[in-house]
Amino acid sequence: MNAPFFKFGLFGDEASLIVAFVIGIGFGFFLERAGFGSARKLTDQFYFKDMAVFRVMFTAIVTAMLGLFYLSAVGWVDLSLVYIQPTYLWPQIVGGLLLGVGFIVGGYCPGTSIVAIATGKLDALVFVAGVFAGIFAIGEAWPAIAGFAESSNLGRLTLPDLFHLPFGLLVFLVVLMAVGGFWGAGALERRFADRPAKENP
Amino acid sequence: MSSDSHSVHRAPAPYMNPYLAGIGLGLVLLASFVVMGRGLGASGAFSSACAVAVNAISPAHAQGNSFWSEYLAGGVGHPLKEWLVFEVLGVLVGGFLSGLLAGRVRRGVEKGPRISTAGRFAWAFAGGALMGIGAKLARGCTSGQALTGGALLSAGGWAFMMMVFAGGYGAAWMMRRQWK
Repeated sequence: MNAPFFKFGLFGDEASLIVAFVIGIGFGFFLERAGFGSARKLTDQFYFKDMAVFRVMFTAIVTAMLGLFYLSAVGWVDLSLVYIQPTYLWPQIVGGLLLGVGFIVGGYCPGTSIVAIATGKLDALVFVAGVFAGIFAIGEAWPAIAGFAESSNLGRLTLPDLFHLPFGLLVFLVVLMAVGGFWGAGALERRFADRPAKENP
Repeated sequence: MSSDSHSVHRAPAPYMNPYLAGIGLGLVLLASFVVMGRGLGASGAFSSACAVAVNAISPAHAQGNSFWSEYLAGGVGHPLKEWLVFEVLGVLVGGFLSGLLAGRVRRGVEKGPRISTAGRFAWAFAGGALMGIGAKLARGCTSGQALTGGALLSAGGWAFMMMVFAGGYGAAWMMRRQWK
């Protein structure tokens, strides 16, 4: 088996758009299943009330990471052909911070806001209008801030490269971290479960 | 939450176990890696749409800006015939299907009991704007950087993800009136 299929020319650009649509359906389906069409469910993460965001995200990361690791180990997937975005360290640190604040202020992230719109949430519609406003603002400002926004380009940089550790060892460490995190998430939820006052005073 | 006082809708089904939903999401992401050689995303589709809108208003202005012109050069013959645009359209359909099957498609506003709808809308817009700015600085959002970059062990993706949690937890106390 030669994968990624698209990179080996099994289908063309036009067909890739159909693949995109189908993959998107799966993506949206599981986001909604998890409850991520609800801003309250999503933001509960940041009050330690319901750590579903962490659980779903890290289970997904571990699943895809392990799958890719084994498929490349048996030679079915050429890992060098899987696109990894270049690391722009400082813009990504600042961008991540802004995005995190935007998450608790706005209630969604771009992907989950689409699912929320699909299930009738009007605040998600307003949120998306805000996303467009933000993108418009930074797009217009880009020439002025390019000095920062295009700085610290480290290229395709993975954690195994960065720490000079074998790929398999990092995969193992991430799995350990996730399992530890899942245990900690439950402990935090129990600790903070009684904190908010009764729901209907 | 147990009694639904005046609703004629059937009660929405409970959400899926987060670990099962995570495995499902992870398999979708893995399928994207295997079939396409790329991961998932969301904010890129918004950027393509924004670039097309700016270009429609002032082509010369859009072409002269490296940010817009890059998105305008994307896509299969047209900047909106772009992989992420089609993926996001799928997300809309997939989310709707799941919501429909679970009885969760219902018009409403997500907010805590202590804030007005207008107040919630104002925060939603402000948060969205911050999100748009942050996602573009970071070259991706929760899907493209945290989820995809996380699974690919991208250094930038992991740095980004930790900062997202830091930003969210850092601002949570100030935002508590909106949610609780």
